[in-house]
Amino acid sequence: MSAPPRGTTTRLPPATPRLLAAAGGAAADPGLAVHLGRYGPPPTGLDAESLAAVLQEAGLTGRGGAGFPTHRKLRAVAAARTRPVVVGNAAESEPASAKDRVLLTRSPHLVLDGLNLIAQALGARDAYLYVHPDAVEPARRALAERAAGRMDRLRVELVTAPARFLAGQESALAARISGGPAKPFFTPPRVHERGVRGRPTLVQNVETLAHVALLARYGPAWFRAAGTPDEPGTMLATVSGAVAVPGVVELPIGTSVRAALAAAGGPTGRLGAVLVGGYHGAWLPPGAVDLALANAALTGYGATLGAGVVVALPAGVCGVVETARVLRYLAEQAAGQCGPCLSGLPLIARAAALLAQPTRHQDVRAHLDRWAALVERRGACHHPDGTVRFLRSSLTVFAAEIAQHERGWCVAPGGAAAVLPTPPAPSGPDSWR
Amino acid sequence: MKRLRVNPIDCDGRGVCAELLPELVRIDEWGYPLLSEAPVPGELTHHARRAVAACPRLALRLVPAD
Repeated sequence: MSAPPRGTTTRLPPATPRLLAAAGGAAADPGLAVHLGRYGPPPTGLDAESLAAVLQEAGLTGRGGAGFPTHRKLRAVAAARTRPVVVGNAAESEPASAKDRVLLTRSPHLVLDGLNLIAQALGARDAYLYVHPDAVEPARRALAERAAGRMDRLRVELVTAPARFLAGQESALAARISGGPAKPFFTPPRVHERGVRGRPTLVQNVETLAHVALLARYGPAWFRAAGTPDEPGTMLATVSGAVAVPGVVELPIGTSVRAALAAAGGPTGRLGAVLVGGYHGAWLPPGAVDLALANAALTGYGATLGAGVVVALPAGVCGVVETARVLRYLAEQAAGQCGPCLSGLPLIARAAALLAQPTRHQDVRAHLDRWAALVERRGACHHPDGTVRFLRSSLTVFAAEIAQHERGWCVAPGGAAAVLPTPPAPSGPDSWR
Repeated sequence: MKRLRVNPIDCDGRGVCAELLPELVRIDEWGYPLLSEAPVPGELTHHARRAVAACPRLALRLVPAD
């Protein structure tokens, strides 16, 4: 089935960019009238199986970091025996990511169309938009526009996500929306079985929802016109670091790292390394700059697309120093619920800080390797696992720098300005809400 | 066939499981249990069930081995 589903517009579908199609860029009008003028009304009458079939044929996978096939998640929740809940996730807890906020600011109605399509398909009456503090206003405006136009029958509640790294994790999200702190819980049962207030919950990153909104209108063949056969479509990437015009760009999946950097104005100097995915992602050496931004290609470097983060580390900044700072951030951001993670992440961070100094390291590396193995897969969530992935990629990609430090030399002995953002955790008793 | 699983949020490293089931549970350098991931052998099933029942935090469980 390659034709668009019944009830969709027959207008010419947009060429790329798809999600950020507003001509005129950031100054363009994100309002409802312009949205309806460009895309027409969203299709209606798609039941769960019809929508799942479209998503399956299109090959859409989640754009929140885990990359799970969207049709499978939809079918899992559709199989539930009680009325489900749908959540659009825009917590954007990755400090180096801005794509979800930009999407909600520039194309909020694509997100809300997608949320409504999925909720209708599932028979859900309650939906939530779980949103980074910076995107609350644009989200609220868009919801108000639709309410004024009596556009949706769905009740959408806006919930502000706390500014913490784990806030967007799916069980932490469910816990927060249920009224508690945004801390992960032990699974099974996963949220698709028991999530918000114990109900089957479908959590989708807002970018995924926006793709659903376009896919439902223009069909799987159109969706597959960009990207690779195994990883079709476009993705939003936040390209930052040593590039001329850091920002969010929309790229066909499979675009090279070099082309992604070029879309952000190009590197401002010689590259030291490139971080891909996010802080649970992996570093690429500068020689890998022609690698495709697609999971199939990245897996060879232990990397995935993750949250679409691409950070260019310039050659004059020490990757070991940057890594140590991020590891300290990741240790601080742990929920503190699980013994191995609570014990091990601060030790890993401190060991990495020692490796970051230009001095002899003795047994630090042996301890680091042992602690990394001890925290993996021993938490209720994947925070320790992702931290170890990031650590191990840095030990590989920055092996030469670590060896130089042993001999008392560093590429940036005075310490250069930080490239990777590590915002301090909010404090106080309510900081997890 | 069953295997051991621990809820790491509830576990606070009391170590009763390792005392009762040293064949399948070791304690790491921080006091938390390292569980064998293999299915529990038949002759240890009774001891595994005792360890699950004895956990002061009810953090240990037997789950299907897949």
